[in-house]
Amino acid sequence: MMNAQPPKETCIIVGASHGGVNLAFALRKEGYSGRIQLLDTDKRVPYHRPPLSKKHLISDQPAGQLLKPLQAYEKADIDLQLGVTVVDVNPSEKSVTLDDGTSHVYTQLVLATGAQPIIPPISGVDSAAHLYTLRTAEDAQAIAEAFNACEKKRVVVIGGGYVGLEAAASLQLCGAKVTVLERESRLLARVTAPDMSDYFYRLHQENGVAVFNAKNVSEIQTHNNENLVCCSDGSQYPADIIVVGVGVRVNTHLAEKAGLKLDNGIAVDGNNQTSDDSIYAIGDCCAQFNTHYQRWLRLESVQNALEQAKVVAAVICAKTPKMNAIPWFWSDQYAVKLQMVGLSQGYNKVVVRHERVNPESFSVWYFNDDELLSVDAVNHAKAYVLGTKLIAQRQRVDIDKLQDSSLALNSALLVQI
Amino acid sequence: MANITFITQGNIPVTVHGESGSVMALAVENNVAGIDGDCGGVCSCATCHVHVAKEQFSLVGEASEIEKDMLELDDDADEYSRLCCQIDITPELDGLVLTVAG
Repeated sequence: MMNAQPPKETCIIVGASHGGVNLAFALRKEGYSGRIQLLDTDKRVPYHRPPLSKKHLISDQPAGQLLKPLQAYEKADIDLQLGVTVVDVNPSEKSVTLDDGTSHVYTQLVLATGAQPIIPPISGVDSAAHLYTLRTAEDAQAIAEAFNACEKKRVVVIGGGYVGLEAAASLQLCGAKVTVLERESRLLARVTAPDMSDYFYRLHQENGVAVFNAKNVSEIQTHNNENLVCCSDGSQYPADIIVVGVGVRVNTHLAEKAGLKLDNGIAVDGNNQTSDDSIYAIGDCCAQFNTHYQRWLRLESVQNALEQAKVVAAVICAKTPKMNAIPWFWSDQYAVKLQMVGLSQGYNKVVVRHERVNPESFSVWYFNDDELLSVDAVNHAKAYVLGTKLIAQRQRVDIDKLQDSSLALNSALLVQI
Repeated sequence: MANITFITQGNIPVTVHGESGSVMALAVENNVAGIDGDCGGVCSCATCHVHVAKEQFSLVGEASEIEKDMLELDDDADEYSRLCCQIDITPELDGLVLTVAG
């Protein structure tokens, strides 16, 4: 006992996607010397998710792009355990139980449990043939296999949000006959302004996708591997493959077992700490107060997961975390690059700016009175970058000049002194 | 196909061999410190910023307009900056030296 070492700290991370993996490596970068156990139900070596709905959807390797090479985990002494499920959390003993019955003690527990796609309660949805959601590599692979196996390649996408539209674009480019059915009166209704919705409506139409708004899917009839997607207005769409992209439900099961405070996700403070001091939550599964927008937010984005991973790594290593409070997102559809920064919720003024020099480039600027809230930039990184800076610095923007496309877009033009 | 050297922070050179794909992917595969490639290589995050050795800049060439705009997000950018997700590995890049941006 003379040379007994003090027991090592252990950080257990549940969920090995963007948030969990980056946290594990960030902990080592910050000097964490304890054990790191990184657990995920998915058997695959952790991979990039955004490409699944984009360019990789129909490729030889739908799960091709790894977040980190497998050797990197070993080198960083990260105990990556795949294909295991955490079934219980016991905060008083600081332990988790896995589905193999083993129990593991933690010093810090991080829930990076993400969310799962919602399957809407449509009549016949359970017996539909080749109906898929799109969140995991397994989903993407299943869609690719069904796509390659079927002859007519008629795809109906239920839901005109980003996942649905990206899937529609990549399947259309691969030769599918794609129909998108959106329940709202316009695409992307929850996240963007009508101008942007119109743009994406036209973009998909021009690329040969049939897009229908205000379509409430009421029933799916299936005979001999062929589906008929029926809407409440009486219209019907045949489908060999159905892709459902209507939103997600947060995985709060473990948080509930741990008795953590929930509020539209796992409630966390600025350090991503939950209502239990030893338990943190990061990524899609948690709701946090955003200091810039002064509002509780639950964000579904890679950037948010990465930022929060860095924060928790710093906090666990007793360093001062830095959080970027301005969210950003991107979406690739066909040859179009959409970059978004900030949150447009609560806007009362919109400026749409088309560039004279490049008609393919335009940007949508959202204001609440004088305050710039967010920018959506289409093929226009300049607008995205400028927007990022102006929002972060809370600069007042000269709206008249912004609207005048005869003037070049730059910060000197926009900043109102 | 090409040996590429990354000078990471702390002035540590790491030489890796790549056959194809982007220089960013090569760096991530080899766990080169400071090259995160958060967006997966679609020129959307600026976390794979490198400075190309001045005398070798013609090997990789100028950044595209979108890339130049993205580099403006980074205070550390200079005229020899590139986002290495936008540089494809070719035999001509053999011997290239890239300094990982701070």
